[in-house]
Amino acid sequence: MLQAVGLSCRRGERRLFSDLNVKVEPGTLLAVVGENGSGKTSLLRIFSSLLPPEEGSVLWDGQDIHQLKELYAGQLTYLGHLNGIKDDLTPLENLMSATSLAGEPCSNNGAKEALEAIGLKRPIHHLPSKVLSQGQKRRVTLARLWLSTRPLWLLDEPFTSLDAASTNVVTQRLLAHVQRGGLAVLVTHQEVALPAERLQHLRLVG
Amino acid sequence: MNRSSMWEAVSGIVKRDLLLAMRRRSDAAMSVFFLVIVASLFPLGVGPEPAVLRTIGPGVLWVAALLACLLSLSRVFTADYVDGSLEQMVLVPQPLAVLVAGKVFAHWLISGLPVVLLSPLLGLQFGLDGEPLGVLALSLLLGTPTLSMIGAIGAALVLGVRGSGLLVALLVLPLYVPVLIFGAGAVTGSMAGVGGEANLSLLGACLVLSLFLAPWATAAALRIALE
Repeated sequence: MLQAVGLSCRRGERRLFSDLNVKVEPGTLLAVVGENGSGKTSLLRIFSSLLPPEEGSVLWDGQDIHQLKELYAGQLTYLGHLNGIKDDLTPLENLMSATSLAGEPCSNNGAKEALEAIGLKRPIHHLPSKVLSQGQKRRVTLARLWLSTRPLWLLDEPFTSLDAASTNVVTQRLLAHVQRGGLAVLVTHQEVALPAERLQHLRLVG
Repeated sequence: MNRSSMWEAVSGIVKRDLLLAMRRRSDAAMSVFFLVIVASLFPLGVGPEPAVLRTIGPGVLWVAALLACLLSLSRVFTADYVDGSLEQMVLVPQPLAVLVAGKVFAHWLISGLPVVLLSPLLGLQFGLDGEPLGVLALSLLLGTPTLSMIGAIGAALVLGVRGSGLLVALLVLPLYVPVLIFGAGAVTGSMAGVGGEANLSLLGACLVLSLFLAPWATAAALRIALE
């Protein structure tokens, strides 16, 4: 269970949010919505432990994530709004190096299947990533979701530049994840088509 | 997290960086070419007098190697920072310092090792031969990883700062001075017949110290850069 207790965050002179309390139970997805600049990404980065909160704390199963450190990192898959893709590597190489870095190495075939699951066909697997479109690059990043066995997923606007079909595929994957008892926190501007009992909204007002 | 997965993550980083360097050979070759050009221009500039060349040789080669390392420093973290891979590197179940050590090792393999291998050839241009030539290569073998390790701290500190190239030079050059003195001193000592062992031991000590401390300092700087 992921829990935020009395979180507040300030970027420069601006206070983005204060005394924020939210709880994400296993098997549910938290969709963080709000205007641009309302602190959605900052909140996600606080959840990921990249950004220390100004006040308050984030608890994972009751323990502060800044004390858990690497143990907490072993529980989560974080996909930021940057893709983390190298233009000179192929989608296959990108995906495999990302998973081996995350400590969940996958086989060549596993990576190919993940890329196909998100709609990248085999001929694309061996092209340098710099020739891919924005949406295809995003999909290379998101293919990690098919290889991740981590309970907590933190995704920053995963649907950006995806077409309707891919959005649907990713949503199905998210549904499978929460049905397995996983947790997810999503920053998004779009509606997430999940059953209401699995979905929780958090609206940030800047 | 167990040891094998840590090893896997580190070797994954080293392999990826080497692969990237293979795909972008011109970037990787730049610092080596810089070294060769600088080392070749000096004999042309100061004239072909063997005695003069032998005197300035160790210093010139060491300064050239140091500047070549400085040139390539910006590549250690900048690309990863811009494309988001660095965030992924920080959020892994392995200690960040170990991964940093892997990245610096890859950087040394790409830009430091070629310098070490080329140095005997460049030393010949300055009239070095026999034992001093060996000491030159050995001093660079001990010294260039130290330069990479210290440089990584600077490179991590200036991440995301405008005009970071100049800033990193100002930050790390003072820290490079001891390595330069011991390195060039080892070669000069061996030419003078007193042997380079003392300076080489000091270089080794610098290397061990930087191997121990630099990854932690770099990891801390990276976390600050990503906040």
